[in-house]
Amino acid sequence: MPEFLQFLLSGITVGAVYALVALGFTIIYNASGVVNFAQGEFVMLGGMITVFTYAAGLPLPLAALIAILATAAIGVALNTLAIAPARGAPVVSLIIITIGASILIRGATQLVFDKQLHRFPAFSGDTPIAIGGATILPQSLWVISGAFAIFLLLWLFFTRTLIGRAVLATANNRVAAQLVGINTNFVMTLSFAMSAAIGALAGVLVTPITLTSYNIGLAFALKGFAAAMIGGMGNPKGALVGGLLLGILEAMTAGYISSQYKDATAFIVILVVLFAMPQGLFGSKSTDRV
Amino acid sequence: MSLLQIEGLGIDFGGLRAVNDVGFSLKPGEIVSVIGPNGAGKTTLFNMISGIYAPSRGRVVLDGEDVTRLPPHLLARRGLSRTFQNLQIFQSMTVLENAVAGHHLHDRGSVFADLLALPASRRRTRASEASARALLDRVGLGRACQQEAGSLSYGALKRLEIARALALKPRVLLLDEPAAGCNAVETEEIDHLIAQVADEGVSILLVEHDMKMVMRISNHIVVLDHGEKIAEGEPAAISRNARVIEAYLGAQATEVQNADG
Repeated sequence: MPEFLQFLLSGITVGAVYALVALGFTIIYNASGVVNFAQGEFVMLGGMITVFTYAAGLPLPLAALIAILATAAIGVALNTLAIAPARGAPVVSLIIITIGASILIRGATQLVFDKQLHRFPAFSGDTPIAIGGATILPQSLWVISGAFAIFLLLWLFFTRTLIGRAVLATANNRVAAQLVGINTNFVMTLSFAMSAAIGALAGVLVTPITLTSYNIGLAFALKGFAAAMIGGMGNPKGALVGGLLLGILEAMTAGYISSQYKDATAFIVILVVLFAMPQGLFGSKSTDRV
Repeated sequence: MSLLQIEGLGIDFGGLRAVNDVGFSLKPGEIVSVIGPNGAGKTTLFNMISGIYAPSRGRVVLDGEDVTRLPPHLLARRGLSRTFQNLQIFQSMTVLENAVAGHHLHDRGSVFADLLALPASRRRTRASEASARALLDRVGLGRACQQEAGSLSYGALKRLEIARALALKPRVLLLDEPAAGCNAVETEEIDHLIAQVADEGVSILLVEHDMKMVMRISNHIVVLDHGEKIAEGEPAAISRNARVIEAYLGAQATEVQNADG
């Protein structure tokens, strides 16, 4: 039983990171219908920029803040330089652009920084906390509460605020959104900034546990994508549940079967979900008029 | 004093001169119709006035301000709204939400009040919903409030789009074929609605194929053919105008030939 609890706790920690990545997917998807495969690079940038600003002598909170803001700026640049000029192109082309952007960001990071693995100290020390025979790192608690806090803020943002609803309206029908006075270019810029900042936050929170390097982005992008698909693309609740579910399943597979099959779980689950309920757990059914 | 002034407006698509040197003006509360055979450039003209296309030549002046090439969302804030021939509706929202979306232009509250659902924010939401409902009643969709917009009939969507445009409290309203796809009863309802809105001082620019409706409600008619203005005047004068008759009958004569052949 303590074994099970241990797997559960580590699953929730990893799941919380996947949830944060999936929440990043959710925002850009909600605004534009685009699945941004550069989302994982935002996670990597958050960690890497923190590592190097911290090494340069800045206090850790300030280094983290700079990393999040810089990543948000890179997100905005991605939209302005690559996505916005291609507006009107089919969504598939835009998705391919994001894949290209992710390769570019990975390559640039390798040149600007290096190819080593890095970490910075955990926020509240490395002494494990014992819970019912299992242990959890204080940093894991940071990761988990970070994911829940961001989920709550996003949920309120999309359901309660005017600008959040403007994001949804833009996704639903861009022309109609402009007709009712929504500045759709601003909505897109804001979405990329928020997405990138959330990705970077995930990177900052998780680096003390998993370490970071220029090439960790792709794995996060794929897992986050799987999580978002399981939960139903576009729904913050789905992103959270999907992320946690995926994290727990992975930890259980690694614990009870073999860590060799850990990554396979994600993709088996995504296949099963897509066959059984293509809209995901919380996705809304879409019907097109013919 | 005219509220909307169109001066020498024109646009080219590649080598094609789609619309050329079209000018006219609208006074407050006036209903002006743009008519012309299919392909005359009526919708293109609308797209230029409403900021969807950037005109190659000419100016659009709204209440003394040059608004040529402003994007649609800024035009909406200045009181110019429009509907589309092929509908631009938030399909996956409810009918009520579509109408409420139109109100948001006029409701500005703090993000924090919204996040915390403070009383001020809830009051605002209730007020927008109440006036959205009133508008939906006015266009005969009061009972469809909670239906998903995508499930409505074409005629109902046309009226929903008008309601959403009215929610913006426009000074100028551009209606692109509001009665297309509507039955006789619905057309008459839209007829009354347009007249009522104009009575309240809103200028209306109309593109419509239903000639009976155009002749009945327009104060002024502008006729386009091959992208150029060929006539302009009161309905009675337009229906006697030789060039207008030729443009329409010429088109009809070709159709008859095609049908025979």
